[in-house]
Amino acid sequence: MIGEIVITALIYLAAFFLFVGSLGLAKLPSLMQRLHGPTKATTLGIGSLLIASMLYFLLERGSLSIHELLITTFLFLTAPVTALMVANAHILRDTRDRKKLPPTGSAIGWAVIDGPPAEPSEQD
Amino acid sequence: MLKRLVPHPLLTLLIVVVWILLNGVSWGSALLGLVLGVAIPRFTSAYWPDRPRIRSPLMIVEYAAIVLWDIVVANFQVAYLILFRRGDTLRSRFVTVPLDLKTPEAITALAGTITMTPGTVSADLSGDGRALLVHCLETHDPEATVAAIKSRYETRLQRIFET
Repeated sequence: MIGEIVITALIYLAAFFLFVGSLGLAKLPSLMQRLHGPTKATTLGIGSLLIASMLYFLLERGSLSIHELLITTFLFLTAPVTALMVANAHILRDTRDRKKLPPTGSAIGWAVIDGPPAEPSEQD
Repeated sequence: MLKRLVPHPLLTLLIVVVWILLNGVSWGSALLGLVLGVAIPRFTSAYWPDRPRIRSPLMIVEYAAIVLWDIVVANFQVAYLILFRRGDTLRSRFVTVPLDLKTPEAITALAGTITMTPGTVSADLSGDGRALLVHCLETHDPEATVAAIKSRYETRLQRIFET
């Protein structure tokens, strides 16, 4: 009984955050801002959905399910990489945003625009 | 000999454990997992010239707890911003985070953490690897944001990977 309530609450929480994440994607005006919605609001959404799934199998079916932990791990590993790729593509495409980038603080520029500094000729 | 066969023992162990968790506990999956665990690090070792050195494994637990807590807080903050603020009133901007970290693994961990936590997405690294480009969804004090990232995450990662 209590288990059911907890599971239901988690699913509602998940639905709320997934909705907010998608809303952010649709509502925010610029690409870099839109990137914030899916990378964060969905993390807790997916997270509580997976916890609810684990609890359901543990309490209602009596079997331990660990696939959810793996899904969480893979999500945490892939979400930042995807965000970085989208941001990089955006910086390359959008010349107005590119001009607004802050300086790196050294003579060498951002990697996606200027690339790595020239190595002192090294033979592989 | 053993070092050539298993260049990254922890990676091998991780692959075996993940494979068994994915496919259920049985001798067959353990054996296939072991084959993959030996083969994958060998074929990818060209991209991993060095093995990351973990100085203090216990610190990882503390770091993970802090990051998980921050992710929960970040979700509520970002949800609030999305629901109750008009998009064009948000003060979003790029900031530069100068890095004290040197090892690639530590910088990767920091960039990933920044993307997953309060209103920040890491967008690029400088060519020499000494600064991170971070986009903030809402910030009225860029210096404070940078200082928070450095004190909360970077110093801890420094203790885990470098010191």
